[in-house]
Amino acid sequence: MLKRTPLYETHKLLGARMVDFAGWEMPVQYSSPVAEHMAVRQAAGLFDVSHMGEFEVRGAGALALLQAVTTNDVSRLADNQAQYSTMTNHDGGVIDDLLVYRVNSRYFLLVVNASNIEKDFEWIKEQAAGHEAELRNTSPGYALLALQGPRAEEILQGLTDHMLDRIPYYWSQRVIVDGVDCRVSRTGYTGEDGFEIFCAPVDSRHVWNRLLVTGHKLGLIACGLAARNTLRLEAGYRLWGHDMDETTTPLEAGLGWIVKLDKGDFIGRKALEKQKHEGLNRKLVGFVVEDKAPARDGYPVVVGGGQVGNISSGSPAPFLKKNIGMVYLPVDHAKPGTEFFIVVRGRQVPARVVEMPFYKRGRSFD
Amino acid sequence: MANTPEDLSYTKDHEWVRVKGDAATVGITDHAQKQLGDVVYVELPKIGDRFEATEPFGSVESVKAVSDIYIPVTGTVMEVNESLNDSPEQVNEDPYGDGWMIVVRMENPAQVDGLLSGAEYEDYIKEETSE
Repeated sequence: MLKRTPLYETHKLLGARMVDFAGWEMPVQYSSPVAEHMAVRQAAGLFDVSHMGEFEVRGAGALALLQAVTTNDVSRLADNQAQYSTMTNHDGGVIDDLLVYRVNSRYFLLVVNASNIEKDFEWIKEQAAGHEAELRNTSPGYALLALQGPRAEEILQGLTDHMLDRIPYYWSQRVIVDGVDCRVSRTGYTGEDGFEIFCAPVDSRHVWNRLLVTGHKLGLIACGLAARNTLRLEAGYRLWGHDMDETTTPLEAGLGWIVKLDKGDFIGRKALEKQKHEGLNRKLVGFVVEDKAPARDGYPVVVGGGQVGNISSGSPAPFLKKNIGMVYLPVDHAKPGTEFFIVVRGRQVPARVVEMPFYKRGRSFD
Repeated sequence: MANTPEDLSYTKDHEWVRVKGDAATVGITDHAQKQLGDVVYVELPKIGDRFEATEPFGSVESVKAVSDIYIPVTGTVMEVNESLNDSPEQVNEDPYGDGWMIVVRMENPAQVDGLLSGAEYEDYIKEETSE
C-alpha cells in the first residue's frame, strides 16, 4: 500500500497524474512537465513535498549529536538558520543528504529524503547513545509545500503580514500564512528564489489552495515531481540514490564545501580526511550531450575506448534546451571541456564536461 | 478526449497505420502523444531497414521518458520523416499528419486486417485508462 500525503485528494481534483515515488503516491505532473518547469523559471510553481521526512532533535546534547552524525558544522548555525549537510558512514559514504534547521540551541529540525526516513532514523538513534538528546521522527506531523520561482515572495506576501524580505537565503521564520501557523524557510531545490513552508497536515489543503488562488494571476501553477527533477538537475543539485549514495563520498560528489574536517570529530571524518589527503580517483561532473538524443540515468559512459561507469542523472533540460546530466568520471577526464561518449541504444554519442550549475538564476551558461 | 480518425488502423501499442497500396505510413496516436507529453526527440530507422511486425523500429522521447515504437506490419522502410529531427513537437501538434514517422513497403498487406479499427482502438484505450 502506497503512502499518501495530506494533499492526495487535492492532487486528484487538480487532475494530477500520480506515480509511485519511494513508496509514496505522488503527483508527477499536472499539466505538462515542460510547462511546469518553465513556470518555475519565469513565474512560480507550487510543489507538495510532504513525503520528505522530518526529525526533531532536542536536548542539551542535540548539537553534539548532530555534530557527530553530519559533515557540516552545526555550531555555526544561529537560531532560525538552516544548513545543507550530509550524513556519512564510517567509510565516508553518503547515507543521506539533508537540511539541518536550528530552532534554538536545544531544538533542531532535520529534513531528510523520503526514501531514507527509516534508515536515517535508525542510524541517528544508534549514534545517539551517550548523548543527552531526544530524537523523534515527526514526519507525519508536517506537511511541506515548496513555493518556488521569481514571483514566490510576491505571492506569499499576499497571504501574510510578516515581512518576507527579512528572511534571508537559508533562514526560516515562524510565519502566519492566511491564519495558519507555519515555518517558512527561504530554501528550495529548483535554482530559483522561493520558500519551503512547513505546516500541520490538517492545514495543508487551506495553505495550498490559498496559494494557488492568490498566485494564479501571477502565473503560479501546481508542479509535479517530473518538473522538480529537471529543475534540480539544471541547478546542479545532486539527488541521493542517483548522484550519490553510500558508495560515494561527499568529496567525490563535489560537496566538499559542506564537509568541515576542522570542526572536530564526526562519523566518516577519518575516511574523508584520508581521501582528501590522497586525492580523488573520480568525481561527479556535469555534462552536455553534443547530440539531439537525450542521455538518461544508467546509460553507459565510455572514456578512451573503455566503459568507466553510468550516467547518474540525465535528462533533456527544458529551460536550457540542451541534453544535460551528471556522471562520475576519473579525475584525469573530469576537467571542463573534456570530451567523452555516452552509449545511447548502442550508438556512441559525444558529450562534453561542463561546470555546474548548468543554470544559475540571472544568467545561463553556454 | 483523444482524436481517432476512422480511416486508419491501430495497434494496442498506440501506433497508427495509413495504407495506400502496399505502402503503409506509421505514426503514434493522439492518445499516445498526450500520454507522453512534450516530445523532445524521435529516433527513427534508416531507409532500407527491414522489420518484422511488432518489432521496435525506433523510439520517441519526452522530457521524462523514452518509449519504444513498434512496427504494426512487416516491411522495409521506404521513407523517414526527417523533419522530426528538428521539429519533434510535430508529433504532439499533428500526430496523424506532419507527425508521421515512417513509410514501409508491406510484405503481407493482409496483416492490416489483424489491426484495430478506430472504434475498436477507442474502446481499448477506454478500458486501459479505466484500469
